[in-house]
This record gives sequence, structure tokens and C-alpha cells, in this order.
Amino acid sequence: MPELGRAALVVCLGLTLYATVAGAIAAHERRRRLAVSAQNALVAAFGAAAVAAAVLVTALARHDFSFTYVADHTSRKLPTLYTLSAFWGGQEGSLLLWLFVLLAYSTAAVYFNRIAVREVIAWVVPTLGLVASFFALLLVAVASPFQTQAAPADGLGLNPSLQNPYMVIHPPMLYLGYVGLTVPFAFAMGALLSGRTDERWIVATRRWTLAAWTFLGIGQLLGSHWAYVEVGWGGYYAWDPVENAALMPWLAATAFLHSVMVQEKKGMMKVWNMLLVILAFCLSLFGTFLTRSGVINSIHSFTESSIGPWFLGFICLITAGSLAIVYWRLPLLRAKTKLESIVSREATFLYNNLLLVALCLTILWGVMYPLLTQAVRGESVTVGRPYYDFFLRVFGLPLLLLMGIGPLIAWRRASWSSIKRTLWIPAVAALVTGGVLILLGAGSSLPGLLAYSFSAFVLASIVLEFVRGTTARRAVAGGGYPTAFFDLVARNRRRYGGYVVHAAIVFLAIGIAGSSVYQTQYETGTKALQPGDSVTVAGYRYVYRGSTVRENVGNHRELRAAFDVYQGSSYLGRQTPGQNFYYREQQSSSEMSISTSWLTGEDRDVILGGVDKKTGGVFVKILIKPLINMIWLAGFVFVIGCVITLWPDAREDRRLAERYGETPALVQA
Amino acid sequence: MTAALVLGAVLAALCVVFVSRPFLREPALASDADRLYAPDAAERRRLSLAEERDRALQALKELEFDHRTGKVSDEDYRAAIGPLRRQAAEALKALEG
Repeated sequence: MPELGRAALVVCLGLTLYATVAGAIAAHERRRRLAVSAQNALVAAFGAAAVAAAVLVTALARHDFSFTYVADHTSRKLPTLYTLSAFWGGQEGSLLLWLFVLLAYSTAAVYFNRIAVREVIAWVVPTLGLVASFFALLLVAVASPFQTQAAPADGLGLNPSLQNPYMVIHPPMLYLGYVGLTVPFAFAMGALLSGRTDERWIVATRRWTLAAWTFLGIGQLLGSHWAYVEVGWGGYYAWDPVENAALMPWLAATAFLHSVMVQEKKGMMKVWNMLLVILAFCLSLFGTFLTRSGVINSIHSFTESSIGPWFLGFICLITAGSLAIVYWRLPLLRAKTKLESIVSREATFLYNNLLLVALCLTILWGVMYPLLTQAVRGESVTVGRPYYDFFLRVFGLPLLLLMGIGPLIAWRRASWSSIKRTLWIPAVAALVTGGVLILLGAGSSLPGLLAYSFSAFVLASIVLEFVRGTTARRAVAGGGYPTAFFDLVARNRRRYGGYVVHAAIVFLAIGIAGSSVYQTQYETGTKALQPGDSVTVAGYRYVYRGSTVRENVGNHRELRAAFDVYQGSSYLGRQTPGQNFYYREQQSSSEMSISTSWLTGEDRDVILGGVDKKTGGVFVKILIKPLINMIWLAGFVFVIGCVITLWPDAREDRRLAERYGETPALVQA
Repeated sequence: MTAALVLGAVLAALCVVFVSRPFLREPALASDADRLYAPDAAERRRLSLAEERDRALQALKELEFDHRTGKVSDEDYRAAIGPLRRQAAEALKALEG
């Protein structure tokens, strides 16, 4: 079977190279049959990648340890779910997943747009083919998942941290996001190369960008939740370079999703949008480079490998090539209109973009600085949490406030009297929230206070938008309020879906502020807790009752410490933090105990630091995290907002078809 | 191993057929019929004007909605509506002409 996998990858590489070269010749010389042939090559490459993926899945399912990859990442005792998810647990499998997802996206994007943007598609195909060729080449020549060996009796197993349900879904989600950003990039290049720089490429890729952005967002939240429940340090985001690697393209894509609206409404920011698309895609490649090259020693360093120089070379090639194409086409990208006022909706989008890109580049510098220092001076430097937290506050808090101001300001120009009239209710909500929090004693943290006040401002502005919009709709169309509300959202899905996403970001901000600046922490000192000892943290009393060990629980040994928790005289329940020891992998994992209050959104976390072998006592860390569950709630609201925004709009589709005069079909796929 | 290689060869052959399909379906074609569509100058101008028209109409709709929801005062509305209507009318006229 490995021969079939290898053959499929070689076929895939041949097809993607053909799509690149033949596609470019066809687009340049305007040869129709050759262009369709190149499109078919991309579709066939998807089929070949699917065969390669099927071979690897079969080998994993059959515990075929003659595959080096299977032996290195699974074992016989590994549960089936994690055995299959080991597909993306290692470098070679991850690269295959990248290729498979990329070709799936490519096939779908080309198929759905083959008639709509024919001349752009002719250049999209070789662009997608080029990216796919790079990954196929890596899989064929550098990091093949189909290397074989004399089969050992058992495999090495999977890193215990990856043996978690979140790790089954988190990497595919991230990859759907990373890889999905290739589609808007390819269309942007297609628009530039074909000279068709009107808004058609943006219309064609709107949903693709949004879908990729949604997956990237969900993937990051799932990763955060995994870090929170599995890594066992009590946090959910450590500004780890690999975590930052996913955040940066998401921020760039967020900026693009906003600025693209200015291009659609005003015909402005064409160059900026091109640069953002390039930035987002290059950052997604950079993210994969960070994750897979082993260039940075972090929690994700188990994926270290030697593909780094290849990636770096490809990122440089893509960056230089795409910037050169933008420079070449600058005359076509000139705006016909100018910003009429610095107090207008488009101006707030501009400020939002500047802040998002500034935050993105600041994080990029934080990631790059240690690498550059090491490369130039040979010194090991770490950019720590204070750096990132500082810039998150500097750029994040104004961004939060802008999220409330922007939607309330009119396009083109807004007078001060209009602004005062629309902003006073959110402003009062923010001031009241701030005042109440100070009275409740939460004024100790200025960033926390500002975050909550701004959050109140944004939520009030969102509610106001829905209320005023529904009232206005009812005045025009009649009917009841519920009908007017649904009609309003259905007719303006992007706008109102966007507001729901804004609400999700507010919940996220509330959760982050609550769980970080208002967190209470206790840590055992040098003296271990003995059975019967108790500690009080933020009004909760923890009584240690003793520890137990269970052997052969699945593929691991379990150590658990029992704590009874009281608030005053009320018994709240038992928490059992612990550690698992995985026999085959010879590694331990911390199993934090989390007790959630669904009413207040607070978590009480207990982490077992270790056991004193002489006395049998335990070392623990206890964290009380107010409102942390708002972060996970934000994830659900985010998905709802994205679904509303992504939902097809037949009315809009008809309008666009009329605008672009599209009739089927000069190109047959 | 042989079976796997045969399967690989079959996969390659199927891919070659699929990729060659446009040439197999239309083996002899005049060069004009084999041209990839690209809009000419007139079509590009029409597209540009259609975008202008939609932008102007959209701006009018936005202004009306913002006025109804109180984001734009009566005074601002009166000042903005005239130029926007003119812009939309010009775009429509240019498109029809």
C-alpha cells in the first residue's frame, strides 16, 4: 500500500505542476481548451490527494507499523479516535492534510466560479496550482508520510497532550482557515494578472474569505479550550508563537473583511485590500512554517523538522512575487473617490484597519524578534507576556470602542449633532457600567474597567442598531415587530450577522478581562498539603482529603487528589485534579479539575503540581477565574453570526448577476 | 506491491484522460473558437459603469435607512440626498447611453 500512496503523491505533483504551467500559458495566450485542461488537472490532483489520504487513513486504522509515520505517532493501545486523528498529529500527515484541503478548496472555488469570472479564473488556476505544487513537492521529496521500515511490534504512541477530543477537531479547523486564505489570495492575483481589478473578484471570494476566517476563529477558540483543559497550567492563551501564528492571519483577514466593504461602497482602498490579502496568506504560510519547521521551541516543538528552509524560501517567493504584481498593476488600482470626512463610517473602517494591522505587526515582531536575535547575535531572547499584553491593551481597547462607534456613524459624512444623538445611549451605558464597577470595588484595574465600560458601550450600540433597524423596517413594510426583525436581518445579512459577531467579540473581551485582571490565585509553598488541611481562596474553602492511584485505565495510570469545596457552610462539591502517566509514551499529562458556575460564568480550577513522596502530601495551584466562560460562549455567538453572514442571499446573487451580465457558459469545466 | 503499482498506474492513466478531455472532445478547433473569453474595452466600461450605478443606488438606500434610524439628521439628509441622486442619475444615464 505505501507504493500506492507514493504513486498518488507523484501523480498529484505532476498534475499541480501541469495546472501551474499549462494554466499560466493558457491564461497568457488566451487558449480556452488548455485553460479547461489546467482546471481539470487541479480537480484530478484533488482526486490523487484523496487517494493518498485514504492510504494513510487505512494504514492508521490497521495499525500498519511498516509505515514509519504510523509507528511514530500511534500505538496498539491508542483509542481509535486518536489513532485516526494522528493523521495530523505529525508533520508529514499535517502537510498531506494541507494539500488535501487546499485541493478541495481549489476544486470547489474553481467549479463555482468557472462561469462567473472566466478571465480571472484562468489566472486563479495556475496560482492555486503553484501553492499546491509546493506542498506536493514537500510530500514527495522532503517529508513523505509513506516511508516504510521493518514493522515493530508496537508504535511509539501519540503525545499525551494530543490525546484529547479537542485535538481531533482543532487542527482540521485551523487548517481549513489557513488553507482557505489561499482562495482570496489566488483570486486577488487572478484579478491583477488578468487586469480585471473591478470588484468582481471580491464578490467572488467574499464567502470563501469569510468561511476561512470563521474556521480560523473557531480553530483558535478550540485550541484555547484545549490548552485550558489539557495543558494544565490554568490559562487558555500563552502568547505562544504557534498560537500567535494563527492569530496573525486572522487579524489580517479581519482587517480585510472590513476594508473590503469600503471598496465595495466607495471604490476606495484597492491597493490596501490587495496588500491585506497578500499579508493574510503569507501569514498563514508563516503560521504553518512556525508550527512545522521547529524553528521556535515551544509547547508545539514536538513537530520539529527540517522543512524550514523550503518554507522560508517559498514565503519569500510568494511575498516578493505578489508585491511585484501589485506594483506592476498600481495604475489599475487607483481610487476614483476620496475620503470625504474623517468622521464617517469609512473613516472608522480605516481606523479599525490601522489598529488591526498595527496589532498584527506588533505580534509578528514579537514572534520574529527572538528568531532574528538568535540568527544575528546568537543570543536566546524571549518576548514575554508583558509585551503582548501591553500592545493588546494599546490597540485592543480602542478597537473595542470603535466597534461600538463605527456602526452608529453614517457613510460619507456625519455631523456632530447626529453623532451626539446616536451615541448618547451607549455612552450612558458605558458610564453607568464603569460607575457601578467602581462602586463594587472593581476599579483596581484600569484596563479591566475600560474593557467592561467599552463592552457595555458596544453592546448598547448593537442593541440600538437592531431596535432602530426593526422599527424603521416596520415603518416601511408594516407587520409586527418579529416579522420586521427577521425581514431586517434577512435583507442585510452581512450587516446584522456582523453585529452578532461583534457581540461575540464583546463577550470574548469580557471573558478575557474577567479571567485575567480579576483572577485570584493560590499556590502551595514549600510545604505540601496533608489530608485534612484546608486553604481559602476568594471565599472558597478547599479541604484536601487524600489521593488515589489507578493502574491500567485505558493506556495510562491515573493519579487523583480529592478536594472538598465549601463556600461558607455550604458544600459545593468535590474536585479531583490529577496526573496521567502514559505507559507506552512514557510521558505524563496534568489533568486540571475545573468546576464551572453556569450562573456567573466563573471557573474554579485546581491543578495538581506534584506529590511529596515522603509525606504523601500534595502541591497544588488553585485559580478562581471570573467570567471565563464568556470566552466559550463567545465561540457559539461567533458561529451564529458567521452563519447569518454566510447564508446565501438569492436577491443579492440576482443583482450581482445582472450587474456583471453573466450568462452561462463560454468555458466548459 | 505489484497491485499497488498497477492501481497507481490506473490512477495516472485516468488523470491523463481527464486532463486531456477538452482536447479529446474538441480535437480540431479553429483558433478563434479556442479563444478564452476576455471582456473588450466596451464591456469593461459597461462593468465599471454598472458598479458606479450600484454604488450610487446603494448609497441612496443607505442614506434613506440611516435617516430613518436617526443616524442622519434632517439637515444632513437634505444636504446629502441631492448630490447622491444626481450621481445615481448620471450613472444610469451613462449606462443606458
